[in-house]
Amino acid sequence: MTETAMSPVHSKQHGTPVLSARNVVKHFPVHSGGVLRRRIGEIHAVCDVSFDIYPHETLGLVGESGCGKSTTARVVLNLQPATGGTVEFEGKDLGELSSKEMRRLRRSLQIVFQDPYASLDPRLPVNEIVAEPLRIHGLYENGGKDRVRELLKTVGLRPEHGNRFPHEFSGGQRQRIGIARALALEPKLLVLDEPVSALDVSIQAGVLNLLQDLQAELGLSYLFVSHDLSVVRHIADRIAVMYLGKIVETAPAEELFQNAAHPYTQALISAIPVPDPRKERSRQRIVITGDVPSPANPPSGCRFRTRCPKFANQLTDAQREKCKNEEPQLVDRGQGHPSACHYAESLQLI
Amino acid sequence: MSTTDPTATTADPVLEVADLNVQFPTDDGLVQAVRGVNYTLRRGEVLGIVGESGSGKSVTSLAVMGLLPGTARISGSVRFQGRELLESDDKELSKVRGRGISMVFQDPMTSLNPVYTIGDQIAEAIMAHHDIRKDAARKQAVELLDLVRIPHPEQRANAYPHELSGGMRQRVVIAIAMANRPDVIIADEPTTALDVTVQAQILEALRTAQQETGAAMILITHDLGVIAGQADRVLVMYAGKVVEAGTADEVFYTPRMPYTLGLLGSLPRLDVKTDRLTPIAGSPPSVVNMPPGCPFSPRCPLAQDICETEEPALEPGPNPDHLGACHFSYRVEGHEPGDLFSEQADDATPLPAGTNEGEARR
Repeated sequence: MTETAMSPVHSKQHGTPVLSARNVVKHFPVHSGGVLRRRIGEIHAVCDVSFDIYPHETLGLVGESGCGKSTTARVVLNLQPATGGTVEFEGKDLGELSSKEMRRLRRSLQIVFQDPYASLDPRLPVNEIVAEPLRIHGLYENGGKDRVRELLKTVGLRPEHGNRFPHEFSGGQRQRIGIARALALEPKLLVLDEPVSALDVSIQAGVLNLLQDLQAELGLSYLFVSHDLSVVRHIADRIAVMYLGKIVETAPAEELFQNAAHPYTQALISAIPVPDPRKERSRQRIVITGDVPSPANPPSGCRFRTRCPKFANQLTDAQREKCKNEEPQLVDRGQGHPSACHYAESLQLI
Repeated sequence: MSTTDPTATTADPVLEVADLNVQFPTDDGLVQAVRGVNYTLRRGEVLGIVGESGSGKSVTSLAVMGLLPGTARISGSVRFQGRELLESDDKELSKVRGRGISMVFQDPMTSLNPVYTIGDQIAEAIMAHHDIRKDAARKQAVELLDLVRIPHPEQRANAYPHELSGGMRQRVVIAIAMANRPDVIIADEPTTALDVTVQAQILEALRTAQQETGAAMILITHDLGVIAGQADRVLVMYAGKVVEAGTADEVFYTPRMPYTLGLLGSLPRLDVKTDRLTPIAGSPPSVVNMPPGCPFSPRCPLAQDICETEEPALEPGPNPDHLGACHFSYRVEGHEPGDLFSEQADDATPLPAGTNEGEARR
């Protein structure tokens, strides 16, 4: 990769970032079958991703399946070690911490998973699920019981239901239990990995409101990973759009929708249906063809060029050569925010 | 062929479902999955059925196709071009399935056979209803693949399902669905398993299929955005019943049922900046041993005593084609979701055991 650090996702907010990711790379080895299991290639899940998250702020990380957004979230939490690059939390490089130090730091860094059915132990009552982090960190003895009651109340559940088991709760309530567990150690940053995509629409709204309230009350920072741009627009202060392991565009939420610069962001925005029949019928559509290429063998130059409508329809052959040979950097090209397209152009789609 | 009859008017019904009830006996009691559903599908139109998990939207269409398990108790009437389907035996239904009514399911991997090439599977569908040689059917299969925009259709016809991406597989399923120029295509959550950019392509392929065959389409989805863009008319389902029916514009702009309004208020929007969503309190009810009264009443901000004792019928309002099942429809009209629903919905009420709850959706 290039020596100069790619311009990180800038924030208009001041102060020191809670979390900074710089040039994070994560490759997964692909092994051959058989006894020898030779290494025959690599999946480039995350390639040179940089961003900052500031206090009290929500960064939305959006993209389609396989774009590396969940892997990025796991690398940020040090659940999977990065192949390259650094992740700093409050100035400490996670890669250089001993496991003892990392364990202490985990109190500040928590995660809420997508599937509220799989992420709660079915054999533990809710009180125990929420108390588990407190016990592990030796904090339960000092008023842990009251703390659990308080946490359940915070997420909108009744403390007297704490003796029940997860199967007695609905999906939305289970997701609230997962949030209570994540809050138990008073974290500073919550990584939310598709926290509402398993929920029905009418339930999803309540969980989103809860997340907003918690942020306001507790001053949390969120890394909100989602495939749903509508949800991200609603909850995020800034948005980073990922495609095939790279951030292709990043901007404050409103600006991204007013001024989308990268053809992929534009296609993504125009592909999402809006629950308004008249608007939906009259909308400008940018339909992209084909599927996401394999991350084991990404295209040269710009990774989006194989599906890019601009590359296919608007560019001259000479311009296309640049897309094929030169990887576009994530920099501001006159649209007011960084985008990784040689021929970025602002477009308002809604 | 009847499908291409240009004189057919749009008001001509192809499928009439009347008082359809589906019940499943279980250890916990009778599951009333569908309770008295009525609708008419007119030639060439797209009817959207929207509802959350467990609302009965899929079971309704499986009943139409005669695909429910033997334990299901089905009553009512399903008439396809005047012919009663519920009384037909499996042999008669086989003639209708694929030729008269065809279906596109949610998961294209499980609806295709992994050990046959896609060309063979499309050809099989054609040969099931036409006396045609295999090579001719294969040729038609390639044309169909081209129609749903699969690149290099001649070569792709020899591919197996696992060699294709999810979006490509769903196109193959659509090609099979349109192979016999059916009169009705039922698409049950056809894009739920797919990414949004692929969803846009599949919706386009479905449109093509519908226009090429002149078929009417039933589009079942939980996504109000998809419904808004695709459907001419909309049915909103809740707890096994149709609770609102009308044109897309009527249902989205002037809903008559608090549930519809609540759904619209809980959606984060791509096109407008929303500071606060207005969720619907509580969870969808259990469809086991349903209590009397309106099933939405425990979650409804307008509920009165009558709502707990008497289930409202699906009735027209000022506009005879726009139906709503609410005692207080007049109080819903002209309101924004935020007028009725509180932002601080309390999700603390525990559920009774055996509540039908949303399956995880990815």
